[in-house]
Amino acid sequence: MSPRLLATIEAAALPILAVAAALLAFGVFAAWGGYPPLEVWRLLFVGAFGDAFSWQNSLQRAAPLMLTALCVAIPAQAGLMVIGGEGALVVGALATAALPYLMTVPPSLSGTLLILLASVLAGAAFGALIGAMRQWRGVNETISGLLLAYLVINLFKHVVEGPMRDPASLNKPSTRPLDDSLMIGTIPGMDVHWGLVWGVVACVAASIWLAFTTHGFSTRVVGGNPRAAGLVGLPAHRLVITACAIGGAAAGLSGGFEVAAVHTAANASVISGLGYAGILVSFVARHQPLAIIPVAIVLGGFGAAGSLLQRRLGMPDASVQVLLGFAFVLILAAEVGRGRLRLPGRARGAKAP
Amino acid sequence: MNDIVLPVLWAVLGGAIRVGTPFLFVSLGECLTEQSGRINLGLEGVLVLSSMAAFGGAYLSGSPWIGVMAAMLAGALLAGVHGVLCGLRRVNDIAMGIAVMMLGTGLAFYLGKPLIQPQAPTLAPIMLGSTSSSAQLQAALSINPLFPLGVLIALALAWLLANTRWGLIVRMVGDSADAARAQGLSVNRVRTLATMAGGAIAGLGGASLSLFYPGSWNELLSSGQGLIAIALVIFARWRPLACLWASLLFGGAGALGPALQSVGINGAYYLFNAVPYALTLLILVLACTPYRRLQGAPSELSVQR
Repeated sequence: MSPRLLATIEAAALPILAVAAALLAFGVFAAWGGYPPLEVWRLLFVGAFGDAFSWQNSLQRAAPLMLTALCVAIPAQAGLMVIGGEGALVVGALATAALPYLMTVPPSLSGTLLILLASVLAGAAFGALIGAMRQWRGVNETISGLLLAYLVINLFKHVVEGPMRDPASLNKPSTRPLDDSLMIGTIPGMDVHWGLVWGVVACVAASIWLAFTTHGFSTRVVGGNPRAAGLVGLPAHRLVITACAIGGAAAGLSGGFEVAAVHTAANASVISGLGYAGILVSFVARHQPLAIIPVAIVLGGFGAAGSLLQRRLGMPDASVQVLLGFAFVLILAAEVGRGRLRLPGRARGAKAP
Repeated sequence: MNDIVLPVLWAVLGGAIRVGTPFLFVSLGECLTEQSGRINLGLEGVLVLSSMAAFGGAYLSGSPWIGVMAAMLAGALLAGVHGVLCGLRRVNDIAMGIAVMMLGTGLAFYLGKPLIQPQAPTLAPIMLGSTSSSAQLQAALSINPLFPLGVLIALALAWLLANTRWGLIVRMVGDSADAARAQGLSVNRVRTLATMAGGAIAGLGGASLSLFYPGSWNELLSSGQGLIAIALVIFARWRPLACLWASLLFGGAGALGPALQSVGINGAYYLFNAVPYALTLLILVLACTPYRRLQGAPSELSVQR
């Protein structure tokens, strides 16, 4: 086997082993709480991928994760660790809800595209700001992303509960709901909104861009070795800021979908940690856009199974969070095993790339 | 004029201590962790888990101080998971921090489900203003008993880091792992212990949330204070004493909104909450240059390289 194939097998095997270990640990944890572990495992599978209904539920949950994961993965290709995806999602959601306040949006498909474009641009501006502060002022992008996310979440709450509040939203402050004509429907024949298609397309497009275009290649060079990039005269500032903007645009779009396909208006439900979950999805996928798709679906599946565990066994609703916690901790820790897996064909002592 | 300004002033002062106490503990915990050269984004999970542990401990034992102990223990254990796993090769401390945050909040919500209804004994406040006739002053000066402890920890940490062999070891590991190895120190062990101690300190912040203010356990208890600790530590430039002032400032900003609300000035609540982040960001933009790291930052810190 070629070293490259070996590395790919290993890259897939480690997280799969880690998820298996997490399921095992979760079974033990459930048994300790008095729940039958075999039934827990069965329901986890049934609830995630058992029938068409659970598949749709899983895919529905996977859609935003794909987009928020790209917000980490694309800057990571340019060598940056951006964890402000939650902020990009929030500004995207706000932009989508705010556009009808600023102008009359045509009540048609073009209007829908317009409000989604607003979310993309808002997210891109958010990402570009993080990249620009990093390149021009040397502000660490991890920290500034985190700070900016908190900043915009507070601004979001201020605007939603203040200037843009719909007087009709009494218990839960919201912006005015979008007109029905602007709402995004479901994919024909499925109970999943179009965000899934956009998420998959975005991941595929990102991986084509990285693998087959000069611009994508240059971005990876800047991320892999900034000095070499400088020596061959690549415009590092522009490439890095562009990568951050693209990532931000993806997370912003997911915010747009949260408003235009799920919640109908911008309110506190939009801020539900999808941005943080996306960070982990991207890490599990090793920042490879194509790998994000299956990882997001599996994690969406766990989320979907959670409600079944709650209904059938009466487990607390946080059960899935515990399972995801186990899974993520173990998957990240499994990185230590990279290059040590005994696969046929690898000489002993060979180093991982 | 006076009858608007004074109440607001007292409310902000009292609020700064009340809201700032959890900030103080998480920032001191994060400060110690980062001094050893590692970042712990998992402190948010530590905070939530320890506030659950504190409430559970107090509820089951009947004594709030046993709850405080339980919080420190839970905090140290969860931070220990982060500390040990980040010591493995190729394991990214930022991602692991977020995973630990998820694990900690998940465990807290799962195990804390039965604790949402009951009442646990809470920590009795220290009434500094009991001789005063002003009700507002009394309210402002009924202080969280953990706050003086936090001030003591800040002083102790500053002194330990600056003047003791133990503090020198932590700072050396944080500034140059190679130098520490050359001295025959185990970098991983020092970092794990510092992370665990930081988790125990942050656990006190959790105890102060569930046993003093707001003084109950529910799933909305923490609003991201654990992640804010990262901003606070930068704001304080990695100095424990400055963490004290920074926490009071952040707490005061959080208390300004409700205080103004109580005298009829509405509508800027979240804007005040946003001010500390904007300020930290501004400091970073002004103080950073592309050519050198931030002054006071431990050089081994992954986010400063």
